[in-house]
Amino acid sequence: MSTAEPENLAETHPGQGTPLIEMHEISIAFGGIKAVDGASVDLMPGEVVGLLGHNGAGKSTLIKILSGAYKADAGTIRVNGEEAAITSPRDAKRHGIETIYQTLALADNVDAAANIFLGRELLTGWGTLDDATMEAETRKVMGRLNPHFRRFKEPVKALSGGQRQSVAIARAIYFNARVLIMDEPTAALGPAETKQVAELILQLKKQGIGIFLISHDLHDVFDLADRVTVMKNGKVVGTARTADVTQDEVLGMIISGKCPPVAVAGPGALRS
Amino acid sequence: MTEAAPAPASPTTEHRSLADHLREIEFDPRMIGMVAALAVIWLGFDRLSDGAFLTPRNLWNLLVQTASIAVMACGMVLVIVTRNIDLSVGSMLGFVGMVVGLVQVRLLPEIWGFEHPLTWVVSLLVAICLGGVVGLLQGALIAYLAIPSFIVTLGGLLVWRGAAWWVTQGQTIAPMDSRFRPLGGGVEGAIGTTASWAIGIAACLAICAAAAMIRRRRKRFGFTLRPLWAEILIAAIACGAVIATVTMANSYALPAGIARRLVEAKGGIWPEGGLTIGHGLAVPVLVALAVGIAMTFLANRLRFGRYVFAIGGNPEAAQLSGVNTRKVLMLVFGLMGALVGVSACISTARLNAATNAAGTLDELYVIAAAVIGGTSLAGGVGTIVGAMLGALVMQSLQSGMVLIGVDAPLQNIVVGIVLVIAVWLDGLYRKRLG
Repeated sequence: MSTAEPENLAETHPGQGTPLIEMHEISIAFGGIKAVDGASVDLMPGEVVGLLGHNGAGKSTLIKILSGAYKADAGTIRVNGEEAAITSPRDAKRHGIETIYQTLALADNVDAAANIFLGRELLTGWGTLDDATMEAETRKVMGRLNPHFRRFKEPVKALSGGQRQSVAIARAIYFNARVLIMDEPTAALGPAETKQVAELILQLKKQGIGIFLISHDLHDVFDLADRVTVMKNGKVVGTARTADVTQDEVLGMIISGKCPPVAVAGPGALRS
Repeated sequence: MTEAAPAPASPTTEHRSLADHLREIEFDPRMIGMVAALAVIWLGFDRLSDGAFLTPRNLWNLLVQTASIAVMACGMVLVIVTRNIDLSVGSMLGFVGMVVGLVQVRLLPEIWGFEHPLTWVVSLLVAICLGGVVGLLQGALIAYLAIPSFIVTLGGLLVWRGAAWWVTQGQTIAPMDSRFRPLGGGVEGAIGTTASWAIGIAACLAICAAAAMIRRRRKRFGFTLRPLWAEILIAAIACGAVIATVTMANSYALPAGIARRLVEAKGGIWPEGGLTIGHGLAVPVLVALAVGIAMTFLANRLRFGRYVFAIGGNPEAAQLSGVNTRKVLMLVFGLMGALVGVSACISTARLNAATNAAGTLDELYVIAAAVIGGTSLAGGVGTIVGAMLGALVMQSLQSGMVLIGVDAPLQNIVVGIVLVIAVWLDGLYRKRLG
């Protein structure tokens, strides 16, 4: 085990030290169809790893195993080098793994504070909900993400797409996440809001948070990610540092499964 | 799982309607609509009945008759908020009522003899526990075996009605214990004028204290406050309603014979010209109010209530947030069952008999009360206060029609039509305000 500060290591020598997350040989099947088949990915502190692939390539499923929504049939997950049993969303959160789902997973009928603290409500000494403190904390965290946000008392269904996204992000970062999973974080956003999310990702990266960025759109990911892992038909095609490959090469990995020589080929790579 | 509905266009800031102003002072306009509807019904029936509706006597009885449905409507709100339904409450009430009758009239007297001071407490506890267990059982089938609640409770509707007959092979059990009977109202279920004023004044003080406390807390965090006039107006309306209710209950005089016995029992002398003694508030009404307050607290101030609403809004989101949605769902049905137990005591005590037909069609009145009170069948939306007002609206319609001599079949027709119109209007309102 490394004793050096992981933050520094990750910035200067990505790929060394103890990874924040190692998913090893993960498999899961639904009704006989192998949605994820022996996939391995890892994530260093302060690193952004893009997870790419067509719709149905298995990337969302793989990541849902990490966030505790699904339970893997086989494989191991290590958090900070130690094996972790993640069988529920609660387990994942306990390990500092927070997820922003593609659907945002917001309860539309309650307000921002109720969503941010859902499942982790702050209580008063009497055991009742401490709504005032939760609202105050919500104002603080939303102030960082979306300074113009004022609609604290309204159910989130009344908010705009960008505001809803901010609430979902606020929920993920409020509890000092070490690992952030973002599933198509900009799919529903306009250009300005997309830029805002990109800035946020860089800011979080500086704090040493590891980020999995899932997208079916290569361009979204390429500028932000340090590495990309490409999946196809439930298998990992390969992993490459974005500095070493071109977008065309990654596109080739996504479409045909052809792995360029600089990438580390996975079990799903096309054999020539 | 259902996807989030597309967000409706947000109201622009320049155009401010009355509803926006009401929202600013955090007062639900729908509640005003409910109270207005109630006022129209009351005034209408009062005219049609030549002033017989708005009398202390009628209103006192109206509140007593509302109690049983109102208690169950509190539980039904939570059930419907989680996108479920409970069709079995009427049958469960019959079954629990029969068991309570059996315990109180046949089992306990064998151990303790008749009229033991603890009989009523044991009866009430048995009812609440039995109702809770039955509810939990149905809830477990719904939550853990994923059988739709409509089916489980439709089965329950048949099962528990049959079970109610089975308890005594259809025999009616009567009379009830004299300390149990006050739960149903009547002369012995009125707490008297002095106690009523004490409760009324305490309630007013509590309302003002709560308002002041919430305001101070919001101020401390620097949140926006309601205008002071709105705060005072709301507190004044609430206190006014309390005082009006107490005044009404106190001015409903006891029958002369009973009043005389009461005076003489206390060693007083019955005056020559007679004496009017008011009923005061009725026990079942107080029970219903207590249940309403407790359930409002649970729904708004406790984690459990927050989870119930979150599940109703987006079950998948609640689960991904780490909420144990199955457990919450099972407990919601358990709570519904426990409240059915309370209602079973109220209606058994009121009838002074346990019959296997008790509670027939109650499920429909309870669901109607919740829905008229603004609970959305799509889930996620509903208030306890609304449901209790809804129960009062339903009961007002029924008593009013009895009072002006509408035939029974026509009564059902009117209630049915009103339910449909109320839900339609509520839908229109929601669409307008988003």
